Amino acid sequence: MNGGGGASIASGRLARLVVLALPYLWLLLFFLLPFLIVAKIALSEIAVGIPPYAPILRWTEENVLTVVLNFGSFATLLEDGFYLDAYLRSLRVAGISALLCLLVGYPMAYAIARAPEHRRNLLLLLVVLPFWTSFLLRVMAWIGILQDQGVLNALLLSLGLISEPLRLLYTEGAVYVGIVYCYLPFMVLPLYATLAKLDPVLLEAAADLGARPFRAFLTVTLPLSMPGILAGCMLVFIPAVGEFVIPELLGGPAAQLAGRVLWVEFFQNRDWPMASALAVALLVLLVVPIAAFQRHAARRGRA
Amino acid sequence: MSRRLPWLGLALGAGYAFLYLPIALLVLLSFNDSRLVTSWTGFSFRWYTALWNNDQLVGAAILSLRIAAVSATGALVLGTLAGFALARLGAFRGRTLFGAMVASPLVMPEVITGLSLLLLFVALAAVTGWPGERGVTTITIAHITFATAYVAVVVQSRLADFDESLEEAAMDLGARPWTVFATITLPLIAPALASGWLLAFTLSLDDLVIASFTSGPGATTLPMVVFSAMRLGLTPELFALATIIIAMVSVCLVLALRLGRVASAAARV
Repeated sequence: MNGGGGASIASGRLARLVVLALPYLWLLLFFLLPFLIVAKIALSEIAVGIPPYAPILRWTEENVLTVVLNFGSFATLLEDGFYLDAYLRSLRVAGISALLCLLVGYPMAYAIARAPEHRRNLLLLLVVLPFWTSFLLRVMAWIGILQDQGVLNALLLSLGLISEPLRLLYTEGAVYVGIVYCYLPFMVLPLYATLAKLDPVLLEAAADLGARPFRAFLTVTLPLSMPGILAGCMLVFIPAVGEFVIPELLGGPAAQLAGRVLWVEFFQNRDWPMASALAVALLVLLVVPIAAFQRHAARRGRA
Repeated sequence: MSRRLPWLGLALGAGYAFLYLPIALLVLLSFNDSRLVTSWTGFSFRWYTALWNNDQLVGAAILSLRIAAVSATGALVLGTLAGFALARLGAFRGRTLFGAMVASPLVMPEVITGLSLLLLFVALAAVTGWPGERGVTTITIAHITFATAYVAVVVQSRLADFDESLEEAAMDLGARPWTVFATITLPLIAPALASGWLLAFTLSLDDLVIASFTSGPGATTLPMVVFSAMRLGLTPELFALATIIIAMVSVCLVLALRLGRVASAAARV
């Protein structure tokens, strides 16, 4: 290169452009644009044909291009109690699941953070490992455990604790077990990250000042681990609201959650505008927790 | 901090039991001669033979592995670029939007990602004629898109961790940016790239929802076959499949740990 410094700066700028442009354009095309299309189709009418919706932009008989917006899908969503119930149920189930995950995950994360340093990585790895095996097959294990002729019922029967099989599968309880089982790593990892950074000197100071361990935990450890608690809860809550597989396979017909309702609307009723309206509503529901999570992630990224 | 808290160990043990007993049960039942999950009638490999002879499952597994390999590689390229842009390019126009687009797929419900991509493909086909038929290509594009986010996060945090003065020193000594990248940056972030690729591969291999939305008549992935089989009831063949996947993951993990140990030992020297 005989241009010397100028050429190197120019090639640096070119490299910078390529580094940025490639993922930027890809995400604009395959992540952002699709959402705009969803919003558009949510406002179109269902039609018989392929694709099964009417265009928003239409030519009238006088050859005038008109925009035909149809708020019917959103009206149905608000008027038909079925959808509202499903969304409220999703929020409740996801919220309770996040709390249950916290109850199971906090002691685990705390114990790992207190373990000898050379063992911590292995202990964490053991928490993450099931995540690497198939999600569906892990849900399947719980069907085998919880079904009427399943392992748990057989165990309870043989111990004489019950005289006939309990209904365990296809209940809301089964959905909770499934969500906690599948999302536990997402709770433990951020909790561990904040608990491991906690300075033990603070606890010693609390003890020196006469605080009992439990009081020290409540006044020192718990408030300081709040960022981890929030991150973990968001990481469980957000995907759980839109979860499809677990309510479909472990929940009964009553477990109509947002993700499952959307799936049925699309694949069984073939109502694309309604499915799109449900997606928009789900996104509106999740925009606050998602924004909160991103602010947390951005803060961590900067720290 | 030497005081032992016995209930902590107990909670940890109970947690691991909760995580691993169901998996152990799957492995055990895959060797059960009986079809029933509640009666053990003897040790047998018959379900593995049945699995091997199940052309639909084997075909779907091969298809899924192919899609996973291609989309993990695509996501590795895009995710590394995105992670690099976020960690090293400083301020640029549209950074907030870019950051949001990179991070959002991590928490976006799968039904929304799947539906929106399908609607995009349908709209694209109406306007441009491509994609004429949905199938392997559209699933791969969908998987690249959501896995890119995971790779970007892994790469970004690795880049944020390591010492930029190494790169600066190389620059001061006259190395061109590309040489610096190839000889300093790339080897240092190689472990992050490897784990990013593996993560993307696993996510693609495991995805049911997004693949169901973006697939067409010709392309049925392994999770789609497993899901429709599970709706009809549990079969020991599926337990055998689970056991094979668990064995593969364990082998990969042991290898990764060995390599990691070698790499960190090499780094110390």
